Parts: sequence; C-alpha cells; structure tokens
Amino acid sequence: MAEDKRRKMIGLQPEGDVDWSMYRGIMVVVEQRSGVAKPVSWQLLGEARRLADKLDAPLMALVMGQDVSHIAQQAIGYGADIVYHADAPELKDYRTRPYSRVCLKVIKTYRPEIVLMGATYTGRDLAGAIATHLPTGLTADSTQLDVDDERLLLASRPAFSEKMLATILCKQFKPQMATVRAGVFQALPYDEKRTGKIIAVHQDMHENDIVTKVLEFVQDDNRVNLEDAQVIVAGGRGLGGPDGFKLLHELANVLGGTVAASRAATDLGWIDHAYQVGQTGTTVRPKLYFAIGISGAVQHVVGMQNSDYIVAINKDPNAPIFQIANYGIVGDLFEIVPLLTKAFQERLTPVMAR
Amino acid sequence: MHIVVCIKQVPDSKEIKIDPKTNTLMRQGVPAVVNYYDMHGVEEALRIKDKYGARVTVITMGPPSADKALKQCISLGADEGVLVSDRAFAGADTLATSYVLASAIYKAADTWGPVDMIFAGKQTSDGDTGQVGPGIACRIDYEQLTYVQQIEDINPDTGELIVHRHLEDGVERVKTRTPVLITVVTELNTPRRASLPGMLRAARYTPIVWTTNDFEELDRSKIGLRGSPTIVSKTWVPEPKHVSTDMLTGTGNEVAATLVENLFGTELKHSLGWA
Repeated sequence: MAEDKRRKMIGLQPEGDVDWSMYRGIMVVVEQRSGVAKPVSWQLLGEARRLADKLDAPLMALVMGQDVSHIAQQAIGYGADIVYHADAPELKDYRTRPYSRVCLKVIKTYRPEIVLMGATYTGRDLAGAIATHLPTGLTADSTQLDVDDERLLLASRPAFSEKMLATILCKQFKPQMATVRAGVFQALPYDEKRTGKIIAVHQDMHENDIVTKVLEFVQDDNRVNLEDAQVIVAGGRGLGGPDGFKLLHELANVLGGTVAASRAATDLGWIDHAYQVGQTGTTVRPKLYFAIGISGAVQHVVGMQNSDYIVAINKDPNAPIFQIANYGIVGDLFEIVPLLTKAFQERLTPVMAR
Repeated sequence: MHIVVCIKQVPDSKEIKIDPKTNTLMRQGVPAVVNYYDMHGVEEALRIKDKYGARVTVITMGPPSADKALKQCISLGADEGVLVSDRAFAGADTLATSYVLASAIYKAADTWGPVDMIFAGKQTSDGDTGQVGPGIACRIDYEQLTYVQQIEDINPDTGELIVHRHLEDGVERVKTRTPVLITVVTELNTPRRASLPGMLRAARYTPIVWTTNDFEELDRSKIGLRGSPTIVSKTWVPEPKHVSTDMLTGTGNEVAATLVENLFGTELKHSLGWA
C-alpha cells in the first residue's frame, strides 16, 4: 500500500493521451488577504487581457477565500470574462493543500491554456505545488509576457543576477504556467459596468483533513518593501553618515515613497541591509528613482536601471550614475535635497490648502 | 528524528561576467559556493540535532565537483552527504529536479529511516525560482511550509511544530505536523563555523554518490533535459537604456524648480496620482 502510494506520488503525470487543443483561455489566480486583493492580481489581469485578446480566448480569474464575492466582482471590473469563485471557511487563510486542491480542480475542469499568478510568496508556494501535480512547466518571476502564433506563452525573466533575460517556453504540456513579478504590469482602469460570468466552485476538503493551521497573522506596517515601492529615494556614500538619510526620508515622505540605499551605505552601517538596492540587495523598478550621493557602481545599477525615471544628484560630474539618469544635477546634495523637498511639497499641496 | 537538507552548489553570482562579444555568460573560472539560503537550512537541522538528537542527511544533485559542498556540511556536523550525480540528470528544470530529489529522499528514508523533516533554502541564487521545495513536498505528499523565519516550537514526540512564515506584509504563525518540508529565509539563524573535529571528519569523509543505476524505479523520461518541460528559447542581454540625460544647471532653487516642472510634464503626473 505504502509502495503503491509512493509510485503514484512520485511519478505524477497526465492521465492517458490528452488533447491539449481542448485547453483554451488564460486564467489568473487572484491573491487576497482578509478580503483585499493584492495589486499584482489586477496588474496580471491587465496584461492577461492583452494576451487573451491576441489569442481570441476568454480571460478567466480564480478567486479563493472566505467572504470574497466582492473580489470576484472586482475581477470582472479589472478585465476578467469568467470568474471561478470558491468561498469557504477552510479557505480563509492561504494554505497549500486546500488552495492547490481547488486550483487543480478548476484547471482540470475548465482547461485554461495559460495560468498566471503573482510571483509573491503565496503565488510561488501555490504555483510550485500545482505545476508539479499537473505536471507542467512553470516559469518563475517573469517580467515580460507574450504569446506567439502557435499559442505558446513566451515568459521572459531575469537570469543571473539580472544580467540577462531569458525567454522560456513550455511546448509539452498545458496549461503553460508562469509567476509574474509585482509592479511590472499595469492594471486596467476599473470599469464597474463591465459584465462577466461568476461561477461558484465547491471546496471539498474538511477542516479535520487539513493538517496545517494558521494560528495568526501579524501585519508588519514597517516592513521595508522596496519591490512594491512606486517612488524610491536612495542614498549612498555621498550622504556622509546615517544622518544624511533624514533628508532622504523627508523627500520620500512628501512623495509617498520609500528610502533605500546603495551597498556602500549599508556596508558602512548607516542603514539596515534590508534597504539595499542592487545585486546583493533588492531589485527594484519604481516609477521614480532618486539616486542621491550614489556614484552608480554596476552592482547598484543592475538593481535599479529599470526604473521608469531616474534622477541623479551627485557632486562628481563624471559619476557613472549620470549615464543612466533621465535628469542629472551636479551639486551639493545637502543643499539641493531640502530645496527639492520644498518644491515638491508646494507643487503637491492643493492651491486651496496653501 | 531523521532530517534531510537539500542543498545546491551555485556559481558565485558576483563573479559571473558577460562576454561583451557573444553576449553569453562567461562561466569558466567562476567559483562555486553553496547556495546562501541552503546553509541556513543546514544550520537549523543541526540545531534540532543538537537539541533533540537527530540524524542529518544532506543531499545535493549536481556534478562530481559538488562533493565539496557536501564536505562543507559534514564539517559543520551533518551525518551523511549524498551526491546525486549522473550525466542523465543534467539540464533539469525545476520539475525534473524535484523528481530526482524526491526519489533520493525516498532512498535516504530506505537507507537511514523515515524522513521527518526536510529543509531547503527558499530559492537558489542562480535559478531564483523557489519552485523545487514545493515540488518535492508535492511529490512525496509532505506538508509544505515556505519562507520560514523562525521555528517557535517542535514537539519531537507528537511531531507537532509551530513556525513563523516571513511574508511580504507580515509574519504568519502556523502550526503543522511532521512529516514536513520547510524552506527557509536568512532571518532564521546564523550559520555556524566548522569546528576542528568537524573539519578533520570532513577531510576524511567521502560523500555517498548515487547515480541513475542506484534508483530502481526511476522513470528516465522524467529526468534531465528530457524530463524538463520548460525550454529556454533565447537569452539576451538587455540593451543598456539609451537615456539622454537632461543635466539641470542653475542655483539650487532653480534646479529644484526645473526638476519638479519636468517631472510633472511626464506621465508620472498621472501614474503617481500627482494630478
């Protein structure tokens, strides 16, 4: 008996000959916590809408949780044609077993040709389990998506510390799966008039059969989250010490942004390593990045060069950071940053409130 | 208790350069290191061994040179190191890798007793997928807890344990029961240094090598390149962004005003909600 189970588990493979042409459409697995969807889910629906239109196929969303019918509705407003909605107390918190079970059931029943999830901790946990179960190919942490004439998903992702990009395909199985980095794609504007179909999916695991229990979740509002930051104000050696970051915090506060640092600043102990952008830190792609007192060593640049707009402030006119900056200011950061903070503050405060 | 730690030898990513002529990776001469995250898995297994007594088996799939990584783990206190190595395993993606590692874990269970816990790094620094851990747990039907930053409690008698998972927006406290696979983040612990007796033992130790012939039930269609559904269709070095840098000059007040004006003239005005 144990031996049978072993052979069965280890050699997961599709049952018999499968007609892959039966698989049609794109499915986005929507991630939520406490009834609030993660932004990456709507970003994914935005990009998946484009791909679904190119394939002339339906865009599906899978919403799992407890009391999440409003998210199922939102998924339509963000571009889904069909939403599969599994609502059950057992799905209140994410757990690998019940979530993967629902997910597998929906995939096997409704046969999407592509399944996408956010490359979040939860998304990677779930995608890794499902892709093995099906089995199928899974590309992690994609930053570009496309489909070709043969309906193949072209999922491109950074490789080797972001030095290269690799395009990855899966020809052998369906669905083709990928997790996608947060902040890369844009959500469609929410359209509350959009219509679509919501189909209820039954969750059939009993709580007694689920070994893992979530005891509590402690939200950490102070967590450094550079990956999702839209505006980053980063400082380096030029700040001269930990106090320099105060100026950066002031600018970041006005812009609703986050402070970050180069390796030089974290190595000197001026700020925690969690704030480090670059090869040995976090890779970021905010909409706006300030590099202040940062020379622009390769190790830093690879971690931030994909920012939409880069502003560099440095006293050295030959600093390499200026080569990748959209706007450069040569000068004393201790003079310029406070003036910049003031200029933004004035511009961002509504006229009436001044 | 029998604990297996899965590790991987990876190229030291700081040392990888790109050949500017061919746009390909220059791997030659790049030193190999044990994947950073995996060492925290080794450390946690050794701490459990120190506290409760356990057998720690370290398994890696890789080329013959990966025996160095295993010897490193032996020097720290692991009991056995297994190198799963065969040309037929080469070119594996995460699906084929989890198949081979799951097979090796079964074999380790046959050899040294049932496996209660498996540790692995949250991801490797060369692949960055984080998919192999969940893949193994799925294949051998273990509970799966990823991104663990603390093991609050283990009851060696009941197999119950409480761990803290490190998520983007906070920390989740979870209770589960062995057998379990845990992937770890660096916050979990500080890896120890090798002791002198450990180094001596490692110097004399020859890692166990398992090839395809050592796995009776291995399905050859599921290993190596053949067993890997994902295909790298192309790799390229992204063109350095061609930016025409607008150098702003003037007094401090002037450059600040010009910059704000310029940024408000871009789509940032809408995308950042400045409008």
